[in-house]
Order: sequence, then structure tokens, then C-alpha cells
Amino acid sequence: MSFYEVYEQFRGFDMESFFKRVTGAQVKKIITKNRLTEFDYLALLSPAAEKHLEEMAQRARRLTVQHFGRVMMLFTPLYLSNYCVNQCVYCGFQAKNRLERKKLTPDEVEKEARMIAATGLKHLLILTGESRRESSVAYIRACVEILKKYFTSINIEIYPLEEEEYAELIAAGVDGLTIYQEAYDEEIYDQLHPAGPKRNYRFRLETPERACRAGMRAVNVGALLGLHDWRSEAFFTGLHANYLQDTFPEVEVSISPPRIRPHLGGFQPKVKVSDKNLVQYMLAFRLYMPRGGITVSTREPVWLRDRLVKLGATRMSAGSCTAVGGRSVNEHDDGQFEISDERSVAEMARMLYRQGCQPVYKDWQMI
Amino acid sequence: MVSDVLKIGEKELNNRLFLGTGKFSANKYIPEVVRASGVQVVTVALRRVDPEYEEENIAAFVPRDCILMPNTSGARNAQEAVRIARLARAAGCGNWIKIEVIADNRYLLPDNEETVKATEILAGEDFVVLPYMSPDLAAAKKLVAAGAAAVMPLGAPIGSNRGLKTKELVRILINEISLPVIVDAGIGRPSEAAEAMEMGAAAVLVNTAIATAGEPVAMARAFSLAVEAGRLAYLAEPGEAVEYARASSPLTGFLRD
Repeated sequence: MSFYEVYEQFRGFDMESFFKRVTGAQVKKIITKNRLTEFDYLALLSPAAEKHLEEMAQRARRLTVQHFGRVMMLFTPLYLSNYCVNQCVYCGFQAKNRLERKKLTPDEVEKEARMIAATGLKHLLILTGESRRESSVAYIRACVEILKKYFTSINIEIYPLEEEEYAELIAAGVDGLTIYQEAYDEEIYDQLHPAGPKRNYRFRLETPERACRAGMRAVNVGALLGLHDWRSEAFFTGLHANYLQDTFPEVEVSISPPRIRPHLGGFQPKVKVSDKNLVQYMLAFRLYMPRGGITVSTREPVWLRDRLVKLGATRMSAGSCTAVGGRSVNEHDDGQFEISDERSVAEMARMLYRQGCQPVYKDWQMI
Repeated sequence: MVSDVLKIGEKELNNRLFLGTGKFSANKYIPEVVRASGVQVVTVALRRVDPEYEEENIAAFVPRDCILMPNTSGARNAQEAVRIARLARAAGCGNWIKIEVIADNRYLLPDNEETVKATEILAGEDFVVLPYMSPDLAAAKKLVAAGAAAVMPLGAPIGSNRGLKTKELVRILINEISLPVIVDAGIGRPSEAAEAMEMGAAAVLVNTAIATAGEPVAMARAFSLAVEAGRLAYLAEPGEAVEYARASSPLTGFLRD
């Protein structure tokens, strides 16, 4: 059974009525449970659970330390190309936006790699827009061949591929996949993606399954928060992560809770997702999947990221740049979105140590 | 008392607490913990070892007089474990290897079948192989036949701090397996480490309970003392525990020759 069928089982579920029935006593009981059901998780995402955030945080903290230790995995993104044929209304790189289109040459990839490697980081996330012509699988593979001289773990955040294409990239040295469904609600998804191959909701939804079947070691899923009701999107993201862990027990599964940031094109979020909402989501997920990873990016501001260290986060990006070649080639170009935390890797490391948390630069190597 | 050393491979150990390293809030705690506890065997995940970044390289924090035991954390099958072990040796981490083959990311329970396969290959390549396993007698016997230097059954799932939940199964391994039986994973408190040692475990490996304690250095010392106490108690042959009082008037006292 693919996750699309799981999604269909819950599509149309009346969350409003469910939330109305959730009581404080119920939430308190769930917080102490060993293994949560999907409805327990949903109850922790309810408005009623907001009154119990501190209790959730205490338990989430204990679970995170128990399973992951007092450590934080660090990585950084590298944008290879911003060519894109999609028209996602919320994205700075969408086809209709006027910006300088660029993809890195092999020399530029090498240059960026050297600059990033000098920070000590060994985990890299490479990104492209969706353009099979400009950033083909062969192009991405060629970049990976260069990058693996500098990094011990390479994750991809690119357009959805076929299973055999994932196998090809895995053979080249890729070990992790990040793919955001953006919006799990299929109707909303259709509205946000008016043109381009990304219109195919189901193909995108089933992407992590194809990657896992091809032997991907780690997958990271998420919804872009601000496009639709966050409670519902958080619920489906958790369900998706849980489905992937059940179906592919050997895979390291994690989620990201990215909130929309200002970007070229000026799309305004449809829904406000407050800091409190974000924290509730992270805590609820930690209790639902104690061993699931939670990735927090530089979309979030410094003061909040510092606090999220103790609220279930297990991986953080650092020294980020969202423009193609933004570190060494075109330092003033438009990025995919504006980042909020511009600290260097060394500054992030110092902040983590101050909080009694070890920054981990290397947590995998190609074998 | 006669000297009581634990022999594994060619090495003789006086301290029976083994240390895991993956969860400390800073690597600088590792040498402090080793000093405080007298630990002689320290395991590090090869995935964390980074010889190119000495400042943050976890292996560089392990004191040189300790035996560095790399582990194959991240291996999903025998083949991956074998590859990681070879990389570890090539990276200068010595020839001890703790095999971890885990294809279950929810509970991190080991895959005994794949572990046996990896043990056989690596023992054939002159590694000193210490396999992490679910306590199962048949699998343990296969590990002995495959050339393991010790077996390392779990007390409870990794990181759970739940104690010696598999006690009866570990006891069977201690009774039946000729190799040292080292309890690895799940031990949450010094008293549980002592319990394992009193039962006859050859050693105990602890990571989470020390690394995530409020005072890791003090906790390491507490574990070391508990392991030593448990070992002494085992050697001193504890009296039988009984649930009734000893009868003061024997039933058979009237019998003469």
C-alpha cells in the first residue's frame, strides 16, 4: 500500500470536530504514553494541547536526549541550479519570476565545495529547481562526483525522480533525500501548482517510497507551513514519516517543519503559523516518533533556533546560502528565500556548546 | 585474591566497564570519563570519526592507552558492516571491531543473522570481533563458531536505560557460551551493571547512562565501582537466595549411617 492510499483513508477526516472533543486530561495521559497512535498525535496537535506545551516539552526533551544524545547534526545547503519549469506560487525560483538563471559549472561546484569544506562540515544538501534539461540527472551525478571528494554525506533536494534514477545517484554517492510535499491537502496542492510537472500530486507524494526502494539511507519529508491549516499539514507529515518508517524500517526518517519566508514574487502566506504553533508541532512529532529526526533550517530566526535546540531538533543547517553560487560566484544574487539566521558554522557551534550540546559535523561516510 | 583479568583477543583487561561515546555534550568529556573510571575499552562509531578535522574528531579524544573499538553503526546488513570494519582498520583504528547490524530504526534491535555473517567474514580477516546481538542461544553459538572474540547481548533496547530486561536470556548465554558475555545496551544505572556482573557477565558496555547523566564523569566512576563490586561478588560466589527460612529442626536428622 502506498502512502497515497493512507492519505485517502484520512482525507476528509473532520479534524474540527475531533479537536473539539479533545480534553486536557486526555492530552496529559497521551504525554505519558509509551507508543502513540495517529489519533494521539492528532490530539497533541489540537488547540486543547496548547495549554500543555511545557509538559510536552519536558517529555520531548527527555526522549530526544535518550535517543540522540546531547548532540546536533550540522549540514549546509548548496544550490546547484535555479532553472525551473514549475510555477509554484510560493517559490522565488518559479518559472514566471524574473531572475538571473544559473547553474554551477564543475569549477564553480569545486570552488563552493572548498569554501564549505573549510568550515569542517561533512554533510551537504544539494538543491536544484525542476528542469530536466538544465539540471539533468547526469548533471547532478557529475556534481556529486566532485562533491564527494569534500563531503562524506550528500543529500539531495531536487525534483522527483524515478526509482532507477535514484539508484543511479545512490551509486554515485548520494545517501539521503529531502522532498517536501509542500501541501498534503490535494485540493490546495492543485491550486498552488498551476503548471509544470509538479502538478502531479501523487507522483510527488510517492517520491520517498521510490527513493527508499532504490536503497536511500535517509529520507526527510515535510509540508511548507503557511500554505494551509498547519495542524492538518503537521498531522499528514507525521503520518507520512510513520508510514515510511513502518514500510522501510532500515531507513532513517526525519521531518522538517519549514515556514514560508519572504522571497522574490512576494507571495503572502495564507495561514499564519506562530512560533507557538511551530513548537507544538515539533513536540507532538517527537512524542509520536521518538526516534524520528527533526530538521530546523535557517528560515527560523536566531533567537528561536537557539531555543529549538532543546525542543526536539536533531539536525540544523548552518552557514546557509540560498542563491546559486552565492558563496563564491554571485554573492548578491536572489536566493530561493531570505534566510533568517546568518551565523557561520563556527558561531553555530559555539552556541550549541554553550547549551551543552555537541555540534556533529560528520555522522556518516560513504561505504 | 588471584589476578582476575578479562582476556579478549591478545589483550588482557583489568577494568570490565566498556565505554560508548556517541552521546556526550562535548568530546572533551571522553578523556575525563576514562580517567575517572579507569575504562580500558572505548567504542566509537566509524561514521563519526573524522581524521581530517582533528579538533572535532571523536577518535582523537580517546586516550592512547585505551583500546579503540570502532563500531559499525549505520550498517543495515552484513555486507555494509564488513565494509565499515575494513574502512575502520584502513583509517588506523586497529583490528578490534564491534559489529552492529541494525535494520530496524524504530527500536534499533540488531539483526542476528546478518551479524553472524559479518562475524564470520571479519574473523577470517583477523579482526577481533565483538558482535552486538539480541540474546539468543542459537545465534550466540553460531557467533562462537564464526570466530567471535566475545558476544555482546543487549540488556534492553539501545538508549532505553531500562536495565537488564533480558536477564534470563543473558544468564543462559553466560551458562552455555564459552566466550566472554558482555552486556551491551539498556543498562541505565550502576546497580543494573552490578546485577549483570554478579550474574557472571564478563563486562558491561555503557553509553547513554553515562553520557546523558547530569554529571557524566561522576556517573562513569559510579559505574566503574559497580562493575567492580559486581565482579567481586560473582567471584565470591554469593549464597543461594531462598524464599523460606532455613529449618532449625532438620527433617532427616534422625538418620544414622
